[in-house]
Order: sequence, then structure tokens, then C-alpha cells
Amino acid sequence: MHEWTLAEAVIATAQQIAEKEKLREVKEVTIKVGELQQVEKGILQFALSQLKPTNFKNAKFHITRAKTTLKCRVCGNTWLFKKQKLDKDTAEAIHFIPEVAHTYIKCPKCGSPDFEITEGRGIWLESIKGAR
Amino acid sequence: MVDPRTTIINERLKRISRIIAVSSGKGGVGKSIVATTLALTLSRSGYKVGLFDLDFTSPSTHLILGAKDTQPKEDKGIIPPVVHGLAYMSLIYYSHDQAAPLRGIDTSNALIELLAVTQWGELDFLIIDMPPGIGDAVLDLIRLVKRIDFLIVTTPSLLAFETVRKQVALLQSVKVPIIGIVENMKMTNAANVRAETGKLGLKFLAEIPYDAKIEEAIGDETKLLGTVLAKKIRQLIASNAL
Repeated sequence: MHEWTLAEAVIATAQQIAEKEKLREVKEVTIKVGELQQVEKGILQFALSQLKPTNFKNAKFHITRAKTTLKCRVCGNTWLFKKQKLDKDTAEAIHFIPEVAHTYIKCPKCGSPDFEITEGRGIWLESIKGAR
Repeated sequence: MVDPRTTIINERLKRISRIIAVSSGKGGVGKSIVATTLALTLSRSGYKVGLFDLDFTSPSTHLILGAKDTQPKEDKGIIPPVVHGLAYMSLIYYSHDQAAPLRGIDTSNALIELLAVTQWGELDFLIIDMPPGIGDAVLDLIRLVKRIDFLIVTTPSLLAFETVRKQVALLQSVKVPIIGIVENMKMTNAANVRAETGKLGLKFLAEIPYDAKIEEAIGDETKLLGTVLAKKIRQLIASNAL
């Protein structure tokens, strides 16, 4: 599962921040996942629970979803990404490497593949709370 | 807000003994064919080797290898398929060999994603086919990968070598090791590239004659390993110059 590698990256980064902030125990980690990458929340949550180190023992992981906004660089049109409009293979390719969206998605107004992913690309560590 | 992916990259690469980025100042100097032949030759010499095509907008190693009917597997990440003995990864598996028009930020993001999720496992060598020049991919690799050596390919052309000079200056300024320079498509006995390489304080690794028949070896591993290019690379490996 691709979500496992992302979970590993979240834990490693949260651990790094905890060390830097001198947190003895991590209690809460908030993660934002963009619609474009279509991360399975359940799998990510399970992977995080399996991978957490001892100082994360009581940590809760909050996963929030962010809508994906795309903005055409040619005509300025802004639109929302909709997974439902993609076939299975395309959705899967974008799940692994969101940037291949530029291969498959075009601006609905002018047809250009030259758009910016202004919000909701992939996975972000939003905040971490703990005790010193 | 922190991007968690960059933290895990060196963990993903930790079981790889040597990472070599095959690079060039300009396109069209034969960088991809040198990178692919180097990877195949190392593999035939008994090493465990990976080949990673980072030339996202103009990938070609899959054509040189003749990588057909292969696809990465998903198992706690992406497991590269084995192509002619090489662990092989390219964006083409996800762009399905269609155009991937990526700007700088997208190139960086795709590169970080692939470095973060690809499970290479244990390798003696990972050969990276770089895009030409000193753009995002070079800057990101220098920033994100702790241990990486560059091997630079050029042609005898003054135009190609002038871009190499700039690339070498960049790499030397950030103290990234350069293995040396390979002069490809040589048609005369001119020794200017060899001499200029020496002036840059670098090792001149090999001169490879222009081979009009190399096109016939594209997609045919056996023919590719029978070329003069492959012979020169075998000599290079045998001389421990890498």
C-alpha cells in the first residue's frame, strides 16, 4: 500500500519535530491530505497506528481532507478536481504521482494542460501537539 | 505546514551503496544511452543495479532498454519492476508514455514523490538518468540526497563542453563529487575535451567513438552490450575508475 510509505514519512517527520521541540510525548498529529492524491484515509490511519513509536503511544492522528483547486495558467480559469471524472487507471496513476495529472487533465475552459495545483495536492503535516 | 516526504528519502536510499547521476550540460549528447549501458554493464559484472529515469519530460531509457509489459508493484510503497536484471523506475509507468508537461514545481514534486515512495531495497549501484542542464532535478537531488556522485557526458562540441563547464562549476561550488567526464560521439582525434577536463581538475574517464549503428541497438539489450560504447564502459568499470 502506497499509504504506508506516506505514513512512514509522517511519523519520521513528526518525530523530528518532536525532538526539535523537546517533546517527551506526542499527543496529537494533524495531517492534511489533498483530494488529488486520493489517499485512503482508513489505510493511512491504520498504517499510522501500526508504525507509531513509543513516544507516540497515546497520540491521536487527525486526518483532514482538502479539496484540490486547479488554476489554468493560460486562461486563468479555476476549477475543482473531481476523481469521479477519471477512469480507474488514470485515477491510480495520479494517486501514485499526482503530477501526472498534467498528462490526463485539461483546463475545462481552454483545454490547456498548463495549470497550477493551487491547493490540495498531497499530504501535509499541519500540526503536532505534545508534552515536554 | 510541513511536507513529510523529504524526511524519508535518505531512509529509502540507505541500502544503496553507490548513487551515480549521469548528467550532461546539453541534451542530445547520449547521456541516456550511456546511463542505460552503464547500468546494464554493471549488472552483467555481477552487481545489483537500479536504473532511475529522472528525465521526466523526455524519458527514453525505457526505449533503450526495450522495457515492455512491465509495471511497478505496490507493496508498502512502489517496488520497481526488474527489466533485464535492473530494478527500473520511470515516470512513464504513470504517464503511460504520454506527454508529461511539467513546470519546475511539478518536476520537484514528482521527483520527491518518487524518491519517497520507491522501495529500491539493497543495491550496489543506482544509476540515475538526469535531465540535461542544471535545472530543478539537479538542484533537488543535491538538496535531498546525501550521497550522490555525478558522471558527466559531453560530446567533442565546444557548445556542449561550455555547458559542462557551468555544471561543473555548480557542482564544485556545493562540493558534490564528480567522478569524471565521458566524451561521447567522438569523430576526430582532437584532444581538446581531454585537455579541458584536466584543467577543470577532473578525471577524463573515456572517449567513445561516434557509432552510426548504435540506433540499431535501441531496445535490444544484446546488441547494446555488443557496441563499442559498452566495450568502453566495461573497460571503465574494470579500471575501477568509478
